[in-house]
Parts: sequence; C-alpha cells; structure tokens
Amino acid sequence: MKHRTFFWFFLPTGLAMLLFIAFPIVSVITQSMFAPHESVLITVENCDPFGCKKETTIDQDATRELRDSKPLGRFVGLDVYLDRGHLAINEVAEAWRTSETMGDFWSRMGNLPFYRALAFTLTYTFVCTPFLIILGMMIALAVNSLTKSMKGFVIFLSLLPFTVTPLIGSLVLFWMIDSRGILGNFISWVAADPDLSIKASTPLMWIAIIIWGVWHSAPFAFVVFYAGLQTLPQDQIEAAQIDGATCWQQIKYVVVPHLMPLVTFVALIQLMDNFRVFEPIVGFNAEAHATTLSWIIFNDLGGETRQLSAASATSVLTILGVAILLSPVLVRTWRDFKGKR
Amino acid sequence: MFLKKLALAGAMTLLTTTAYAACDIGARVSIVGNEFPAIQTIGSNAQECSGGEVSTNLTADHQKINVAGMSGNPAEYTSAIIANSSIVALMNEDVIRPLDDLIAKHGQGLKKNQLITINGKVMAVAFMANAQHLVYRADVLEKAGVEAPKTYEDMLAAAKKIKDMGLMDNPVGGAYKAGWNLAQEFNNMFLGYGGSHFEEGSAKPTVNSEAGVKALEMMKALSEYMNPDFLTHDSNATNAEYRAGNVALMNMWGSRAATLTTADGVPQEVIDGFAIAGPMTVGGGSTPASTLWWDGWTVAKNVSDAEAEATFVALTHAIRPDMLNEETSPLAVWLIDGYEPTDKAVGVFAAAQASTTPYPMLPYMGLMHTALGAELSDFMQGKESAEQALADVEAAYTAAAKEKGFL
Repeated sequence: MKHRTFFWFFLPTGLAMLLFIAFPIVSVITQSMFAPHESVLITVENCDPFGCKKETTIDQDATRELRDSKPLGRFVGLDVYLDRGHLAINEVAEAWRTSETMGDFWSRMGNLPFYRALAFTLTYTFVCTPFLIILGMMIALAVNSLTKSMKGFVIFLSLLPFTVTPLIGSLVLFWMIDSRGILGNFISWVAADPDLSIKASTPLMWIAIIIWGVWHSAPFAFVVFYAGLQTLPQDQIEAAQIDGATCWQQIKYVVVPHLMPLVTFVALIQLMDNFRVFEPIVGFNAEAHATTLSWIIFNDLGGETRQLSAASATSVLTILGVAILLSPVLVRTWRDFKGKR
Repeated sequence: MFLKKLALAGAMTLLTTTAYAACDIGARVSIVGNEFPAIQTIGSNAQECSGGEVSTNLTADHQKINVAGMSGNPAEYTSAIIANSSIVALMNEDVIRPLDDLIAKHGQGLKKNQLITINGKVMAVAFMANAQHLVYRADVLEKAGVEAPKTYEDMLAAAKKIKDMGLMDNPVGGAYKAGWNLAQEFNNMFLGYGGSHFEEGSAKPTVNSEAGVKALEMMKALSEYMNPDFLTHDSNATNAEYRAGNVALMNMWGSRAATLTTADGVPQEVIDGFAIAGPMTVGGGSTPASTLWWDGWTVAKNVSDAEAEATFVALTHAIRPDMLNEETSPLAVWLIDGYEPTDKAVGVFAAAQASTTPYPMLPYMGLMHTALGAELSDFMQGKESAEQALADVEAAYTAAAKEKGFL
C-alpha cells in the first residue's frame, strides 16, 4: 500500500484511538499524579434539629482561592501509587523486615488492599481462562456433531449465559447459593452440615465466583471455536480416519491444531477481560472475601467522599497489569514483524 | 371514630388541592435523592407545582451522582436531598448555596429547628429525623420469658435463651454487610461505648482505642446469633429475614419500621408480634449505641437565581404542614409543624430523648466510614484480632486523608 493511501485509510481509526484510548489514558495518568489541595479547616458552630455544637468544617473561601489558582490540585508525583491503598511500599518493606517466615510475610501482604485484590484477580484470571477454553471447546465439538435440525436450538441455549447481563447472572447465582437458597440448602445437605454457608466462607466464595466466570464466558469460546470448526478441511479428517485414527486422536492431531490460532485469540481476549473482573464482586456481595482491582476503583469513587486520585492510580496499575499479562504475545508479534522485514 | 377520620382525610384533600394551586414556579426544578417512601412523597409533592418542569431522580445510588450532577455550571440538579452524612460531600465540593435570602422571602412556614445552620448560614432544610433502634418480636420474647432488651448485654442474653429453647436458630438480625452497613454498626457501638472517631478539632483518627476493641467484641458476640451469611446482609436482606420469621431481635432504621410488615406473604404471627422500642445502650453507658440522623434538602449553587427560587418554592411546598395525612404521617418522623407521632415513631423519638449522638458532620468522616467498611470484615470472620483490624482502619484512613489533603 502506498504511504498516502495508508494514511487516509488509517486516519479515522487513528483519530478514534487518539480520542477514546490515548486521551483518557493521559487524563487518568495526570489525575493520579495530582491530589486535592490541603483543606483549610475551621471550627464553626453548626445547628441542626438535635441542637447546636462546635464542629470542624472546610473554610470554603480560603480553599476556593487555592483551587482557582491551581485547578489541577497539588502535584504529588507517585505518592498515591506508593501509599497503603496501592503499592504500599513502606508497609511491604516493614513486613519483609519483621516477618520471620514466608507464610507470615504473605499473610501480612494479604492484609493490604491492593495485594489482596491482586491475589484474587490473578487467581480468577488464571483459573477461569483455561477452564472456559476447555469447556467452550467441548461444547463446540458436541454441538458440531449434532444433527442439523437440533443445532439451532442447542446453539441458542448454549449462548444464553453470555447474553445474560453479567450483574444479573451473578445475582441469580448469589440467591441460589444463599444459605436459604436452593443450591445453598442442597450443598449443606450433601455436606451434612446445617451451618455450612458458601457466603460465609472465603474459599467457597472464590470457587462460586470462578464457576460463575467460567459459566459466563464459556459461550464466547464456544462461538469462536464453532465457527473455526466450520472451516475444518474434511479431507484431512477422512485421511485420518483411513489411517485408523480414533475419535480422540482425530481431535488431538487434526482438530485442535487447526483451531490453535483461535485458542490464542480467545486466551488473549479472556485474559484481558478476566483481569478486569468486576460485576460478580458486586453481585455476590463478596467484598468481605474477594475484591478485584476494578472493584477497588468502583469503591474509591462510590464513597461519600470520592477519591479520584486513588481511583486513577488503581486504573493506571490495572492498565499496566493488562500490559504485563499480554507482553509475551506482544513480544512475539513484534518478533514476527521484525522477521518479516 | 371512622367517620371522623374520613372527614379529616377529606378536609386534608381539600387543603391539598388549594395548596396545589398556590404553588407556582417560574423555572426548572430537578431533584436528586435517596429512595425510600418518605422521600418519594417529597418528590411527588414537589411535582404538584405548576409553571416549570419538576423532575426527580430518586435512587439508592444518589451519593454517586449528586456531586457530579451539581458540579457543572449550570448544574444538572437544582436540589439534592441529603442526610447529615451526605451533606458533607456537597459542602466539601462547595456545590450548594446558602438559603438565608430565600428563607426571608418564601420560608415563613419553616420552623427554626428545621434549618441546618453551618457557620451561621442556613445550608439545608431538614424535614425528617431518623435513627436505628430496636425492632423485636413480642410473641417470641414472651415465649422465652424475657423483657424487651434495654442494653446489648440483655440482647445477647435474650438471644441465648431463644436459641437454647430452640425457638429460632439465628434470633439476632443485623445489617452487617461489609462496606457502609458494617461500618455504620461499628459507629453505633463505638459511640455507645463512649468512643470518638477523631482527635478534637483535627482529622487524626482515634478508633484504635479501648472503646473500639470493645465495640468490635460486642459485634462479634452478636454475630454468633446471626444468619451465617451476615456479612452479605444489608438492611433489605435483614428485613427479609425478619419478615420470614427468622429473626426476633434487630437494630433497624426507623424510616423502614413503618412498612416492615406490610409486604406480601408476611406470616400472621410476625405481623402480630411486631414491636418497636428505643435504641439500646452498651457497656453500662447512658448514651444509646445508635446515631441520630436528619434528612433534608439543599439548593445547588451553580444554577440561576430563578431556578434556585423555583427549587426552594417547590420543596417548601413539598414539606408544607398540610401534606401530612393518614397516609404520609406514619412514613417518617417528620420535623414538620403539626406532625403527630404515630406508634411507628416511638423508636426514633426514644432515640432523640435519650440524647443519642448525631452522626458526625465532619469533612473527613466519609473517608473514615469507607475505611471502617473495608477493613473490619477480616475481624468479623475471625481472621485477625480487633487491635489489628482497628490499626488497619487507621492506616487505610490515614492514606486516604493524606490524599484528600486533610492530614
């Protein structure tokens, strides 16, 4: 392609990327390095229906001057990134110095909100992604072997979990695993323990959320693999059959290698998606047991006092996390590109 | 008696219709606020005004949108309905205006104790009071042979008896959902033990104290008698447990007491046994382990004078004395002239009479509340000590307060 043609061809995409990807990232990075001004506090008399008393409040006139002269706030550099709500370097160093065993160190790390969220986010990402790929592959193979008249209906059914809004899906499962819900009751009957409660146990809550994650995203993998199966060359399958390959061998040596590029694609998309997991934490009311990076951002913005800088810092760290997760693939793409030149 | 009530209701309706004609506004009014029956009444009353469009956005997520919706110029919302906790965020961001000039012009009907005065300026008009207090099952307590508890220690003893007699498995209810609710229950208990959240006149936290440890230990003891899912139960879920007949004793919001047993399918014994009492004390203290709240409305700063005036007129109309009738009176403990307390209001009245501490109206209290909500759940699950949990709260709060420029 000529450079000129390429330029006009790429311009709309480039503008959209600049507007919707680059600018927001610049804005969020800026915001994470600035914090609100020091508040000028004064003690005044406040009166309400229950009487009058002396209380502390913000001196609006003094604060307004500060805000008007520097609307961005005060520059704090990386302070917000390093505080206890984020990377917590002082606390981590302290834990490293004073912990006697590795177990002690890790449990103290788990007490810091960012690392606790990171632990669950990574567990969720790396458990969900392979399981949903395997499940999606199994559904695709099963559906592909159905008769034509059944296919439409079964495909529709298999896609349902993906079309249900994530929050609603997690709420449905949340009510089912309630200690008075249908699944919760069943599980405590199976375990013969009337006090067993999924919502009161951290490991069980993690498992419930991961099961939800696989349930919700497997249809995506299924659709992609099913489409891939339609391009499977029949002569290769026939050749394998003539060679006497069993059903399993056909899948292992012909079908899966054919679908491998799609597996990489699904893995990439799902690694990114799962790293940003958010809805089930709200849907499952799970914050006592499991938090994620996205949930921390939501929580910082949802309190009575909004913490924009803290939320921005966590957002930047999430972007970095996604970049690190995808880096092996990015590096490989870069090498391929170099190789071609 | 019935006829008299009917005549009264008729008279009220007439009054309402005349008042309807009296409310003329000349500009747009847009209200954002929380969603419960009393506030919905205020919203629909304001919409009776004619001459300008009155729109409302009443949602449980009002706190997530009100500051943003009032920061622009002109502001999207001309008024936010708030409580003593949430007015602080609006004050901190300087998005609401003083109301003194409008009160002089249109506010003759307002009582002095309705006016929320901050540093000599009226910043909000309160219309109702609220508090958490005891809600119990009189029939179950009678069967167990115990009186309605006056202290949390009595509540524990009563719960033990009910459980031991096999009347209920989880006799205590509590809105202990990790986050805002859990933090609020801690605030109640902490103030009941005589604690205070901050050093006098400063933003330095003081929750890691003897009162804090005692408060957490009491909460832990209560949770032993709760549904094991308690860390996921907010007020709605706790009420559902009460309605289902699973709970005999709970600390619940006055604003939710009126409609507690009116839902469909509530068993008759729950309706008959439903009873309300004042908030309980704890640890031999005399101040109840609860907080007093008011709900009121504000007027946005970044709107035209015409819109501010229209907003003030419409909302003053919404809380006029003759809006009180058979239907609206039980919905809240109104601070409006002529309000006669109903039997659903005894809990909140008892709270006010026992000089319960009002929820602290401090610029940094919201950050403390968030830190408490995030860090206390480990202790409630038995994963760490009370001292460790409170140290975590102070550390989390300090990081947030430094970022916001309070420390």
